[in-house]
Amino acid sequence: MTKKRNVDVLLHILVPKHILLTKSETEELLEKYKIRLTDLPRIFDKDPVAIAIGAKEGDVIKIIRDSDTTVSKVFYYRYVIKEKV
Amino acid sequence: MAKMTNQMLKKSLEELQNDGIPKDLVEKIRNKIKDEDLEEEQLEYLLNKVFINFNNAIVETSEPVGTVAAQSIGEPGTQMTLRTFHYAGVEEFSVTQGLPRLIEIVDARRFPSTPQMTIFLDSDHRINENEAIKVHNRIEQIRIEQISSEVDLDFVNWNIIINLIPKICEKKNIDIDEIPEILKRYKKKGSIKREGNKIIIDPGIEDLQQLQKLREKILKKVIKGIRGVKRGLLTLGDNGKEWVIKTEGTNMVGVVQIEGVDISRTVSNHIHEIEKLFGIESARSLIIEEAKKVLEQQGLDVDLRHLLILSDLMCTTGTIQSIGRHGISGAKSSVFARAAFEVTVNQLLDAGLYGEEERLLGIPENVIVGQVCPIGTGRVSVQFDLDKNLEILKGKNNPKKLK
Repeated sequence: MTKKRNVDVLLHILVPKHILLTKSETEELLEKYKIRLTDLPRIFDKDPVAIAIGAKEGDVIKIIRDSDTTVSKVFYYRYVIKEKV
Repeated sequence: MAKMTNQMLKKSLEELQNDGIPKDLVEKIRNKIKDEDLEEEQLEYLLNKVFINFNNAIVETSEPVGTVAAQSIGEPGTQMTLRTFHYAGVEEFSVTQGLPRLIEIVDARRFPSTPQMTIFLDSDHRINENEAIKVHNRIEQIRIEQISSEVDLDFVNWNIIINLIPKICEKKNIDIDEIPEILKRYKKKGSIKREGNKIIIDPGIEDLQQLQKLREKILKKVIKGIRGVKRGLLTLGDNGKEWVIKTEGTNMVGVVQIEGVDISRTVSNHIHEIEKLFGIESARSLIIEEAKKVLEQQGLDVDLRHLLILSDLMCTTGTIQSIGRHGISGAKSSVFARAAFEVTVNQLLDAGLYGEEERLLGIPENVIVGQVCPIGTGRVSVQFDLDKNLEILKGKNNPKKLK
């Protein structure tokens, strides 16, 4: 009973693909949409997926979702913030 | 008139795609018309129509998509039938559905009223029924009260005596010898031993009330399986090839640890539980799935895009926010917008108390004040560049300076 199975959250069907953006990619993104980091939707640094891909506070995560309306992919971005306890 | 040739079709479709029509839509058109015997002009007319209709359907800048989404979900919601307490067909479980379930999703309730899991099994267990039953036995929770005929109190020796039913124990694959061990995990004090089909617990308490309380607690103890999973039902999955366990009660954290479970496909309808285990994006996907299920089941045709907006909005802050005064609407920065929604007087009182400012940037506050709302053409405003204009004005007076 004590042995724990490793749960790879990234493989679950409900979890879309998460990619950690580099600094330059982040700047490119902000430039493209003319936004600030805080304008992005958020994700907590304690989020299981954020932990799994090694995101730290202040990073931007790119999420590649399957579009439900077309065959193409949809990109979504989330800004990593610290979770209030 | 010339008939359309394959080459021509290919060329015009390519043109269409270059004009910004999505690839899959172009493919759909190709499949539809490649066998039709169209004339050149007809083809041109058709593709023009497609282009125009597609561009008309695109959301324009400043269109209030949120309001449209709210109405598009709200209106069919009023038409939902109230027969919501029926059993969902063959499943044997009662499932909350229809409007109550939709409200539950949108309100982001901590606990769904009918928690359920769909557990998929890994390749070793999903084909063979006996293997599947083994996993099922590992999952379904079994309490003391389910395997014992009575639990007596012995007031002479201050003991609790559990009378087990061996037949049920055998059926549920429980080794009676192991029960004292398991019970010891819950309570470290006192002694527990087995005598035949009886289990005698000596808790070391000599108080009638406390002993009775303890008896109630012991009845509820989980001997086997995962706590929270009240019932499991082994059924054939949708494709009729693999065994799937549907459960009443959820405990994803527990199920994930069980051998033979395919973690990557197992889902629950408990949105907060999924969020905790798989993150905010999975919660977003689940909100869409669950809302879609409710609407489909009621036979309502709500466009998926409305649900996408709803779920994106609920998940923007990193946790699941409810739609309503405790969630999204309560977090609005505008006082009037909050006051327009619910508990008007309280909102205005509090705002006055804290000296909040109303900047009239949103829609509801501008409706209240009676100004043009910042939607559609109302979003656009005129900016006046004083310096440039002064330059022009000066130039008018002195035509020579204009250059």
